[in-house]
Amino acid sequence: MTTPQGPIGAAAAEGGALLARPPANSRKLRRPLGQRIARTLVLVIVLGYLIVPLYGMVEFSTRGDYGSRSLASYAAIFSYPDMITGITNSLEIAVLTVVGMLVLLVPTMVWTVVRVPRMRRVVEFLCLLPLAIPAIVLVVGIAPLYQWMGQHLGAVGASPLTLTLIDIILVLPYSYRAIDSSLRSIDTATLSDAARSLGASWPRTILQVIVPNIRGGILSASVLTIALVLGEYTISSLLSFNTLQVVIFLLGKRDPYVSVAVSFSALLFGFVLLFVISRFAPGAASRAGRAVEEPS
Amino acid sequence: MTDLVSPPTTTSPGVGSAHGGADSGRARRIGNYAGLLPFHAYVLIFLVAPTLIVTLGAFSTSSGGFTLDNLDTLLTRQDFIDAFVASIELSVVTAIAGAVFGGLLAWAVLRGDPNGLFRQLVIAGAGVLAQFGGVMLAFAFFATVGPRGFVVQIIESATPISVDPLWLYSLTGLAVVYTYFQIPLMVIVFLPSLDGLRQEWYDASASLGGGAWAFWRYVGGPILAPSFLGALLLLFTNAFSAYATAAAIISQGCTLVTLQIACQMQSEVVLGQENVGKALALGMIVIVSVVMAIYALIQRRASRWAK
Repeated sequence: MTTPQGPIGAAAAEGGALLARPPANSRKLRRPLGQRIARTLVLVIVLGYLIVPLYGMVEFSTRGDYGSRSLASYAAIFSYPDMITGITNSLEIAVLTVVGMLVLLVPTMVWTVVRVPRMRRVVEFLCLLPLAIPAIVLVVGIAPLYQWMGQHLGAVGASPLTLTLIDIILVLPYSYRAIDSSLRSIDTATLSDAARSLGASWPRTILQVIVPNIRGGILSASVLTIALVLGEYTISSLLSFNTLQVVIFLLGKRDPYVSVAVSFSALLFGFVLLFVISRFAPGAASRAGRAVEEPS
Repeated sequence: MTDLVSPPTTTSPGVGSAHGGADSGRARRIGNYAGLLPFHAYVLIFLVAPTLIVTLGAFSTSSGGFTLDNLDTLLTRQDFIDAFVASIELSVVTAIAGAVFGGLLAWAVLRGDPNGLFRQLVIAGAGVLAQFGGVMLAFAFFATVGPRGFVVQIIESATPISVDPLWLYSLTGLAVVYTYFQIPLMVIVFLPSLDGLRQEWYDASASLGGGAWAFWRYVGGPILAPSFLGALLLLFTNAFSAYATAAAIISQGCTLVTLQIACQMQSEVVLGQENVGKALALGMIVIVSVVMAIYALIQRRASRWAK
């Protein structure tokens, strides 16, 4: 009887009570208790495991002299020029990646739904493909291209902003799912047929009719993209670009306190972003989140 | 996975007839496919081409000729084999740990109000923490259980135990760190499946006299099994592909496949072995593809119960 009962049991305690099964009454009292104990135990252990390292970061990064607490490590973040470069680079890449991802994905997906539904599977497959190609493998294959760009395209080719090109690929699976779930929740075909028959051009149909209807998906795709770009390390480190994560890692050898402070700030930033999304675009974040993978 | 948005309405002649003309049909069809060209071109250049470079490179000599030497090296060099074995071990262990603890957490969270603050906090938190691999996670664990971490300080001041300062760099240490991002991923992947369990099924089980055990053994368990298995495979590839976390913790050494590939990329490669790294990468592609294929099959089965 102490077996965890699950959500169904929980729901039965509320909704099922209407059915009024007298013999079940005595069991009903015990069931939630065992369940509650199990639930509390799970929450304490698992959430504890997840929270302790976070607390560790706070504790570590606020250490002052002689056991005191201080925010000096946080204040020192901007005294490292490398760190400023890393943060700027990553933020710029994030913005460019969001724009690039939306420009590439939204018209393609709308077009697929409206005009070539039979290609939908193909587009989906291509978008989810990066999940099967680990970033480290991608970097092996793309390194020659970046080498070429660095040698032949001057300052532009050697800029860290070129990471945008490959980051767009990395975010495809997450963005695709987020936008796809939005597109499925509206009747895209009818909407665009209506807009078109009233004389709207394709750009106008997409921008003024479809996009406002899939705001939620676009928003969560963008947020997931930002989170992914700010956390990207594998590709930028192996191609020797100074992004946020690379700088955090390098600085960690010299001043781990500041590195931990930056890490925690970045984490908090991501958490606030996602939380805001789940508050204002209900369902969107969690639906998009199903695709979340490859944490490197 | 039924196609929700491809009913006949999409092929309605309404829009097409506006263009008129009898031979516009084929032109329009070509135009339709042309609309997908930019996307396909982009994916071709930045995803398909690199994958092909890796695949072809694995079978090429440094001068471009065909060879099986790279694959031969892959299968005979002990440190490569060790790296694959270690990666697979690590991925299996952390996938199971992540699936079990993450599954339990998802169950514990589910009870709450779907739009409640607690549940949204956990989902948002899981979303961030599942992406929280890499350098930042490594630093979190350094700050907690590293030589100067507070947990180690507490243990060493309260008990006579002295913590091996190097344990975090071992495979066990890595497993503990990896599990950290596996649990939230499991919550994200598994929560919707748990959500899909319907009240009616429990009622039906209960009305036939089934208790909690009977429900999970004969109803809930079998229904969730494919999702759980699928999630397990997803977690496996997640750990198997991860590079940043391991690289940040083990800054020297090539003990995992991903680290080994990086070592091959960064080191001065022995003449004639330039493409061994690509063979390693191809090995990863093969393993991940097989696992993902099984995942897709299971997923199809799992979605049978979804609404």
